[in-house]
Amino acid sequence: MSIFVDKNTRLIVQGITGRDGAFHAKAMKEYGTNVVGGVTPGKGGQQVEGLPVFDSVEDAVEKTGANASIIFVPASFATDAMYECIASDLDLVVCISEGVPTMDMVKVLDYAKGRKTRVLGPNCPGVISPGKAKVGIMPAASFKPGCVGVVSRSGTLTYEVASQTSEFGQSTVVGIGGDPVIGTNFIDCLERFNADPETKAIVLVGEIGGTDEERAAEWVKANCRKPVLGFIAGQTAPPGKRMGHAGAIISGGSGTAPEKVKAFEAAGITVVYEPDEIGPKLRAKL
Amino acid sequence: MKIHEYQAKEMFAAYGIPVPRERVASTPAEAAALARELGLPVVIKAQVLVGGRGKAGGVKRVNAPAGGAGSSDESRMSSVEEVAANILGMDIKGLKVNKVLVSECVDIKGEAYVGITVDRATRAPVLMASSAGGVEIEEVAKATPEKILKTAIDPAAGLLSFQARNVGTALYGDAKPARGFAGIAQKLYRIFVEKDCSLIEINPLVKLGSGSLLALDAKINFDDNADFRHKEWKEMRDLSAEEPTEVEAKAAGLTYIKLAGNVGCVVNGAGLAMATMDLIKRYGGEPANFLDVGGSSSPEKMVTAMRIILSDPNVKAILINIFGGITRCDDIANGLLAAQKMADIKVPLVARLTGTNAEKAREILKGSPVTSAETMGDAVKKAVALAGGAK
Repeated sequence: MSIFVDKNTRLIVQGITGRDGAFHAKAMKEYGTNVVGGVTPGKGGQQVEGLPVFDSVEDAVEKTGANASIIFVPASFATDAMYECIASDLDLVVCISEGVPTMDMVKVLDYAKGRKTRVLGPNCPGVISPGKAKVGIMPAASFKPGCVGVVSRSGTLTYEVASQTSEFGQSTVVGIGGDPVIGTNFIDCLERFNADPETKAIVLVGEIGGTDEERAAEWVKANCRKPVLGFIAGQTAPPGKRMGHAGAIISGGSGTAPEKVKAFEAAGITVVYEPDEIGPKLRAKL
Repeated sequence: MKIHEYQAKEMFAAYGIPVPRERVASTPAEAAALARELGLPVVIKAQVLVGGRGKAGGVKRVNAPAGGAGSSDESRMSSVEEVAANILGMDIKGLKVNKVLVSECVDIKGEAYVGITVDRATRAPVLMASSAGGVEIEEVAKATPEKILKTAIDPAAGLLSFQARNVGTALYGDAKPARGFAGIAQKLYRIFVEKDCSLIEINPLVKLGSGSLLALDAKINFDDNADFRHKEWKEMRDLSAEEPTEVEAKAAGLTYIKLAGNVGCVVNGAGLAMATMDLIKRYGGEPANFLDVGGSSSPEKMVTAMRIILSDPNVKAILINIFGGITRCDDIANGLLAAQKMADIKVPLVARLTGTNAEKAREILKGSPVTSAETMGDAVKKAVALAGGAK
């Protein structure tokens, strides 16, 4: 088992005719992901990396039976691309695109309420279930099949953390994205990891800004039956400065790293202060 | 992106939110001319993109001569010029004051707070209001959170009249200001949505003797992600309020934030960059900056990154921590060598390059004076030591 993506994932790539879309369509296919096609409005009928291109998600779903999509279009078109997936009842849409306005995301997620589609991202590296499917931009070599579930707000830090768990491998690694408003949050992932028989331990990688980590900690305390390790980036970040990610900002005195660490400790989460500690601390738990 | 009070108030006026009679001035003479037009007394307010200007002496009142309210008494105009000259030369929290707002004085009977932002937890906009206006709302939120009324806004329906009215009634009791509040709150929400704000605030929203309401101050922050559909932001932007190196970095596709330490760092990815800074601190050093080289990093980007970091004289060592995914380690290595050729780097460099094309990178850096490291922890220890050791 794994969460969100596996061998049953039938993936389309929105923006497949663009540079990044084409590059990652190829990389995901080579990894073994079942990529069934791509979508670029106005370019239906073409082929990219041996994959058929369609004009619309609806068309792609009808012809290929796709159930998931990954988005590589510029931020100004990304919201429309997400709406299209939600309207076509896909199981999952992963938005890699960076720079989606917050209120646009608010409206997309409002539209998605009560519908079938899970939105992951935006501004995220995607999700990988090693050995089964990669729906994202992560370097495949950093991951191998195993029993650790990783959920993170970052990109490269996720790869760093995952590589520190290589002794055990990973069931699924999810990058939820660094924006203030995102489709899938920590708790969504924790719920799934907790229910996934293959996942034996969970590593949660948070950062400054917002209160998502605090709410995740409360959830862990009340519900989680598996060992959880927690890491928070941004201990040294100054307040009021956006640390790269739109969501990584300490504002009005809230969202600081010490608050999050405290919440983790109160929930019985093992706090890790540097990536090199993750391996040994997991060993002690597994 | 933040805009000045006077810019936010221009926007308020355009949407029909009442503001005082006031105009912006860049010179003392201009300020005096405006005061003459408005009539004394007036308030002169520094326009800076940072809070706490009142405490810093950036807001001053110039009174009318005894019994001469509304006058433009010439002897008093020289004090307007003096006060304006004084504020215009000020440095508030490191920011120079280039403009002042000259504003009529109003008869204040009460101060409230109203603001709108997106609540990350509920993924919806929220209207915040409090009868404890005029002070830092963060302070109110901490000390007496029950004094802040929060109303969730349905993104599809918008801020509904009854919701705005109910908040108004809770704040004022009286029908007239409650109605006034509802109108202002709904206009505020229209601006919030149409102008892609991340935060919009009136603090204080004052009640006048007549019972009508007025926005005495204004704060608007825009959502930077929406800049593709707001070409007008370019003209509104005050670059003097931003660190020049941060602006230069942004133009080169880098995110750079200057800090006070001596270990410079170049990292790919914001999360990893923060984690690297944290680790520097953990091993007794102090990070000199946050720098994210972003996704696809060409050698040219590396050269710019190195130049920007080296422009900070405090930097005693530079740590390069790259986890190659889209970013190729050989590009980083080539960029490092190019930067060394161009800029005769005198401080020691420590590189930890892993992931895509790490092998190639190692080959490229062989024989160069760059110290290489295997793990992040190892790299940080070496960089801290080379910068003069733990404090």
